[in-house]
Amino acid sequence: MKKRKPKTARRAGLSFQEVVFALSRFWAGQACVIQQPYDLEVGAGTMHPETFFRVLGPDPYRVAYVQPSRRPSDGRYGDNPNRLYKHIQFQVILKPAPAHVQEVYLASLEALGIDRRRHDIRFEEDNWEAPTLGAWGIGWQVMLDGLEITQFTYFQQCGGLDLDPVSVELTYGLERIAAFLQGVGNVFDLAWNDARRYGELRLEEERQASAYGFEWADVEACRRLFELSEQEARRLLEAYPKDAPVEARQRFPVLPAYDLCLKCSHLFNLLDARGAISTTERAALIGRIRGLACRAAALYLHQKYGREPGR
Amino acid sequence: MSGEFLLEIGCEEIPAWMLPRARASLKELLERELQARGLLQGKPVETFGTPRRLVAACSRLAAAEPTRTEEVVGPPKAVAFDAAGKPTRAAESFAAKLGVKVSDLKIKQTPKGAYVAAVSRKVGRPTSAVLAELLPSLIPQVEFPRSMVWTSAQGLRFIRPIRWLVALFDGRVVEFELGGVRSGRTTRGHRSLANRSLSVKGLADYRRRLGQVGVVVEPGERRRRIEQECARLLKPLRLREKCDPGLLDLVVDMVEHPAALLGGFAAEFLTLPEEVLVTVMRHHQKYFAVEDARGALAPHFLVVIDLDRDSGGEIRRNHEAVLAARFRDAGFFWEADQKRKLAERLPLLEGVVFESRLGSYRKKVERVQALAGWLAREMSADGRRADIAAVTRAAELAKCDLTTEMVGEFPELQGVVGGLYARAQGDPEAVACAIHDHYKPVGPEDSLPGTLEGATLAMADKLDSVAACFAVGLVPTGSRDPFALRRAGSGIVRIIVEMGLRLSLDAAVREAMTILAGSGLAGREASPAPVLGFLEERARHLFREGKGFAYDEVNAVFSAGWDDLVDAGARLAALRALRPTPDFEPVAAAFKRIRNILEQAGGPDRSARPIENNLIEAGAERELYDRFLKLRSRVAEFRERHRYPEALRQIATLRPQVDRFFDTVLVMAKDEAVRENRLALLAHLLKEFSTVADFAELAVGPKTRE
Repeated sequence: MKKRKPKTARRAGLSFQEVVFALSRFWAGQACVIQQPYDLEVGAGTMHPETFFRVLGPDPYRVAYVQPSRRPSDGRYGDNPNRLYKHIQFQVILKPAPAHVQEVYLASLEALGIDRRRHDIRFEEDNWEAPTLGAWGIGWQVMLDGLEITQFTYFQQCGGLDLDPVSVELTYGLERIAAFLQGVGNVFDLAWNDARRYGELRLEEERQASAYGFEWADVEACRRLFELSEQEARRLLEAYPKDAPVEARQRFPVLPAYDLCLKCSHLFNLLDARGAISTTERAALIGRIRGLACRAAALYLHQKYGREPGR
Repeated sequence: MSGEFLLEIGCEEIPAWMLPRARASLKELLERELQARGLLQGKPVETFGTPRRLVAACSRLAAAEPTRTEEVVGPPKAVAFDAAGKPTRAAESFAAKLGVKVSDLKIKQTPKGAYVAAVSRKVGRPTSAVLAELLPSLIPQVEFPRSMVWTSAQGLRFIRPIRWLVALFDGRVVEFELGGVRSGRTTRGHRSLANRSLSVKGLADYRRRLGQVGVVVEPGERRRRIEQECARLLKPLRLREKCDPGLLDLVVDMVEHPAALLGGFAAEFLTLPEEVLVTVMRHHQKYFAVEDARGALAPHFLVVIDLDRDSGGEIRRNHEAVLAARFRDAGFFWEADQKRKLAERLPLLEGVVFESRLGSYRKKVERVQALAGWLAREMSADGRRADIAAVTRAAELAKCDLTTEMVGEFPELQGVVGGLYARAQGDPEAVACAIHDHYKPVGPEDSLPGTLEGATLAMADKLDSVAACFAVGLVPTGSRDPFALRRAGSGIVRIIVEMGLRLSLDAAVREAMTILAGSGLAGREASPAPVLGFLEERARHLFREGKGFAYDEVNAVFSAGWDDLVDAGARLAALRALRPTPDFEPVAAAFKRIRNILEQAGGPDRSARPIENNLIEAGAERELYDRFLKLRSRVAEFRERHRYPEALRQIATLRPQVDRFFDTVLVMAKDEAVRENRLALLAHLLKEFSTVADFAELAVGPKTRE
């Protein structure tokens, strides 16, 4: 049975942007800094320096932000109702992990109008790993009436370093949650606000980004860009003046070196989507990116706390 | 009071598949440690719980550790007492240390001389104090496949964060702290149904109150409720759930308060392959698939939710929407994958690594193809042989599905997807079935390949994996078996035995190694012995654990050869059938005796030496010899025709002659010629009649099973 098309994009439930507002307000109320998305291509909210570096070291920190995340292999030219080249995450870091963190998380769902007495909310085992970042954690995917809506992770390592204290990372899949709230089966039909649909705003980008990733990306050019970014990152990371006075150390560009490492990561994903990476090469490239990320993490700690970076 | 003990470890959600083992481990640990401290009073420790709580209870523990007395030896007498026999400082401090009077000290004669000794009496500590010390060190020992930290890198490790602890003995709190959590008597209700804390007095109160706050704390009770509700929902539709005990086990431990809902999906999705639909429901959504009376998949599913009800059907509709989206995804994968035929994917396998030293899947395909062709020629079942063309084609395509979107999304459907695609792309049924089944059996419970072609391909694939991994030293050790070679080995022997495949295992392993050597992956000089030894162990394991044969029966039959496992299975069956007959065990005992005699006599193998008729003494020896001659040809004939029960029955008829021989004849006769001839007779007897099973390997007396 075909439903009549409503005049505006507005449907039942919060619009996409209202979901962002509600989560931002909720987590601001939990003493989180509300940060902005990172301005480089990343595959996940974890890659944002506000997560990657902030979980290192002893200082408590709470932050939340929206992060568009690009996964070139997941591109489907906008044809698939559920799969996207770029999806939008809402990321929260709580450091240290509070003892009632599951309750706080459930309260955030209530802020979206999801009543736990009327829905089947489950924490199903799902451990998470980002091999290019030397990061992994233990946790769950949170299922809402059978739909995975959040990745809930106790970070164990980041940049190859044990974390002390342990942070909790919450990653909400905004499209999934909005689709659930609006009762929409196709992500492109989501109401972004009262007037605009998700598809109106994003379909072109999905089509073109998929075409680029699968057809147009020049393998040689991507490889060269990868090598260049890697070289530049390595040059910086090797030049770190470990024994220089504090002021000299603290103005040294570790964060820009990490940015270059993020570029490598994205180029790797592009090459992968292009089908240009063999399995053996794949492991080697991941290892190279991880090497940069781990080095950046160690130097960050040294720069900030004078901790010996090792190696 | 009663001495009742209750422990509840309140956690964030523990993965369901780990819970049964964790409960067993908690029980073992508590029983062992409480036993060691003399606190168990014949009442078992029970463990139960939900994903959010591991619970242990015992209805009665002793009130305190038993008082222990022990004799303690102190300083030498000469040091403890002076020449006048008066106690010295040494005696006084020894007595003081043990809390006894100097007058209670005794003199004990030891091999090293006279020493002072005393009986010390240690009053046992109260149980609550013992528990307070024991529990914080015991809880972290509960077995989980992996653990985590949630406070700091050096913090407590457990499977998931511990958030509360209830520990009561005799109704009072056992005080301790673990990972920053203090024990108490406060538990928590179901997170959605009654999200509050509540204080409990003891075990009965705990069970009752948990029931009131929406927690079904006994896994057995949750199972019963799920089964009942599913049956109730399906009955009016004349449908049944697709039997799936593994999924039920999992679902039971994923919820605190189960309720089942019946959902549906559009019938048009039934055009997707059943395997894909069931995998989506089972692995991805933890739904039970539903089938009609004839076993055909119905457009319904059962989902167990962690709530009391679904008012308004909203939860059901949401689950239905999720499933429909998943099915639509699968439809997309199917369409996308058809753009490139399986055969066109062969070159892509260059880029899929099997193992770094063993090269790509493209190389593996070449090896498996060669080995499958060889097996198809050499192997038969009831005289039938596999279709070589089909086997070769199937081997060529078998791994191509590794590059499809469908397998990328559903890795557990490797092989199955290849089979479905081969069929859809016009390959013959025999080829499609062989590809579909070639990972089978994936475990001891899984079914076997459905066709001879499938069995041939499955064996070739597994045998290549085992031989190749052994060739580069990837041998399973202890719990480490990353390439699942034990499963592969068990699969090989199960296929052979249960499908009745006749072949020489030795020749097959040699062929696999020759092919490996030909592709430059292994040394030509590599010995097949380790691979054969590994398969022998798998085969012994199959006959013992899978088929229920006794340890010594398997030893006896394998001693007589196992190169042809179907034949070994037939001999085992005959042995088991004949073993309870009255003459059998005595004859077996006699063979054992013969073997001992021959071993003690030493010297060369006398079975090669002829028996001199004229040296045979009249009487018992002559009777045995005549009987032997008569039986020998009969047994050989039966054996030749694989009629093993008859062969064994014939051998058992030797009993009277053997008994009389040992009763009346001295084997080790003084005359050397007579003695040697007797030994030769026995050696012939042992050899001729040990070709079905080596009776000397049988444990005589009460039957043993290990």
